[in-house]
Amino acid sequence: MTALAPTTPWVAGKKDDYRVCGVTTLKVDMHTERLIIANAVMAVVTLLLGGIAALLIALTRWQAIHLLDAKWFYSLLTIHGIDMLVAWIVFFEMAGLHFGSTALLNARHAAPKLAWFGFILMVIGGLMVNVVVLLDANSIVTFTAYVPMKAHPLFYLSYILFAVGALLQVITFFINIVVAKREKRFEGSLPLAAFGLMTAAILAVYTLLQGAAAIVPAFFWSLGMIANYDPGIYRNFFWGFGHPAQQVNLAAMVAIWYMLAQMTLGIRPLNEKFSRLAFILYLFFINLGSAHHLLVDPGMTFAWKAVNTSYAMYLAVLGSMMHAFSIPAAMEVAQRAKGFTKGLFGWLRNAPWGEPGFGGLVMSMILFGWIGGVTGVTIGTEQINMLAHNTLRLPGHFHATVVGGTTTAFMAFTYYVIPLIFRKELKLKKWAQWQPYVFGGGTALVSLGMITSGLQGVARRNWDITFAGVVPGTVDLTLAIFGIGAIIAVIGGIMYLTVVLVSVFTGPRMEAGQMLLIGGSENPLLESTKLTDEQMEHPKNQPKGTLVLVFAFLAWFAIYYLSNWWLLGRTWFIR
Amino acid sequence: MLAPEKIWWKPMGRMEKTWLTVAFVWCVFLTVMMPLWYFLGKQNVPTETYRVTREQFAAQVNAFVEEYQIGEENGMPIVAPPPGGDAFLRASTWQWYPILQLEKGQTYRLHISSMDLQHGFSLQPVNINLQIIPGYDYVATIVPTSAGEFTIVCNEFCNLGHHTMVGKIIVK
Repeated sequence: MTALAPTTPWVAGKKDDYRVCGVTTLKVDMHTERLIIANAVMAVVTLLLGGIAALLIALTRWQAIHLLDAKWFYSLLTIHGIDMLVAWIVFFEMAGLHFGSTALLNARHAAPKLAWFGFILMVIGGLMVNVVVLLDANSIVTFTAYVPMKAHPLFYLSYILFAVGALLQVITFFINIVVAKREKRFEGSLPLAAFGLMTAAILAVYTLLQGAAAIVPAFFWSLGMIANYDPGIYRNFFWGFGHPAQQVNLAAMVAIWYMLAQMTLGIRPLNEKFSRLAFILYLFFINLGSAHHLLVDPGMTFAWKAVNTSYAMYLAVLGSMMHAFSIPAAMEVAQRAKGFTKGLFGWLRNAPWGEPGFGGLVMSMILFGWIGGVTGVTIGTEQINMLAHNTLRLPGHFHATVVGGTTTAFMAFTYYVIPLIFRKELKLKKWAQWQPYVFGGGTALVSLGMITSGLQGVARRNWDITFAGVVPGTVDLTLAIFGIGAIIAVIGGIMYLTVVLVSVFTGPRMEAGQMLLIGGSENPLLESTKLTDEQMEHPKNQPKGTLVLVFAFLAWFAIYYLSNWWLLGRTWFIR
Repeated sequence: MLAPEKIWWKPMGRMEKTWLTVAFVWCVFLTVMMPLWYFLGKQNVPTETYRVTREQFAAQVNAFVEEYQIGEENGMPIVAPPPGGDAFLRASTWQWYPILQLEKGQTYRLHISSMDLQHGFSLQPVNINLQIIPGYDYVATIVPTSAGEFTIVCNEFCNLGHHTMVGKIIVK
């Protein structure tokens, strides 16, 4: 056991102080450390609440079991959506933003009080919404809360409190960066991971403003102060918040991908320009994704729908496809430089598969790209959306992206937060090693089960699909795949929570000794700085294997996309 | 994760350029598919929409049922609109009204609106899904290309009885 690092004041006579992390050599501001711990703890609490709901919902949706009655099903569905899609992910991101705007820049936290205020608002909003939905049957309105379905005013108020709190914490991110720059804590450009987090923060600001445009009028409407609230306009604003919120997750997740790759393999980004350009494409174009939810709504022309979903949106898709190349390519080059040059995939075979950060990264990238990305682009196509709208294909898509992708990456990252920020030894390392595969594998089955059920017409947000024998008998099989996947994913979730809780409560308090959690004594993070340009550019170290992988991905993408047009061509004529 | 060296603005490598070009061409293809299908395909999202009040739409549905009703099933009227003409479908918690009887291969202008909340028009098993919003008369010009009995399921959550909202279209 090593003694804890001493703290040192930034300026003589000042209260604010920092410690130096022995593994990463980063300066960790003590305010930041406490903010990260608080946000991470709340993230885990909301994950637990949403996870319990997840299990019960899945066991109801699986027709062979059909556990809950309709009221409980819909109320837990509402809570599950809010706790998982918003609370768990946003609390985690807030922790990430505090880290990215201080530790990554060698800087201090410049506005801790504002950040704490924001955090408290988020806690109140996040917990209140759970209570309101459980106690008030009228507030069972699902995550989307579509007007004119009216919930209790406190329901909308909790959304607002949570969003304002999040906005305040995001603002401290920008304050920190400006102050760090002014105090010359870092030179030149932001590190790539901080740049990615900056993208997420900017997206978060206009996402939250859009959310205010949707929810604040709904709040006054629920109080009776506004007589009419056009449901079409609500939908427009709501999705201006709802979908971009997931793109905040996307940007934060990609930033964490770069960090995980660097922490476990010691990568250097191949080309900073290429990676940063991909983030900038997100920044400018990805907000148009919100139009995807309005594709089969009345009132808009073909031109409006096609322009909003295609022309610039596909530039954001391009951004994702660029990351899909640049991250594995950087991993391949780093591995080849270590001597794993045999064949196309020797570098991959010799990767640290037992390291949870690496396992989580790989699972996250596969689920996000191959299942989530491909299905998302397809159902986001104007005409194909008619086949998919409000069927289980949609939750199938976003369980692959935000559960398989974002959540798996965040979980894997947590294992490093515990030794580095909580400064507790990680317990149950074997569980941590297996957890990304169990959770990711379960989520893959959940997504595939949902997507294949949705393809057969099974509706989402629906307690029962057996009515009138509408759907073919084969959905029993696909819903069983979904149900079994859900149980596996929940087991993965329990493993995660157990590792985290056991480590935090019983792990000895100590300074982390090395970057890798499982074996190995090197520090990939610092090794990466030793990767020379010569090594990076050596012909033997070129990412040939990655090029094969991305072309395989493109082929799969094309097959899935075109087969959906084929399916559409088989249905009734409609215009 | 650590700050890059000061000058990171390097030209892209050959493989990055290759992938960037291929990915960009693919994105252009994705963009082109929608207008192409709009002009060549027979399945497009309807765009014809009118503002309508609940009362107006309810009156239109009643007049429609009165004029073309041909039968009844469990108290629900079965209505056969004339081929090429207008048909009306009313969504409300938790009912699709009335039952429509159409002819295979004929064109109909199907008006759908909601009396209260948002509902989801999901025609099974042909799997056509549209969002129905109160205050909007959504007109879909449809041609049933297969005969049989089809079910309309509500696929937008509309309170606790949501899953009981099932309607029917018969195609002869």
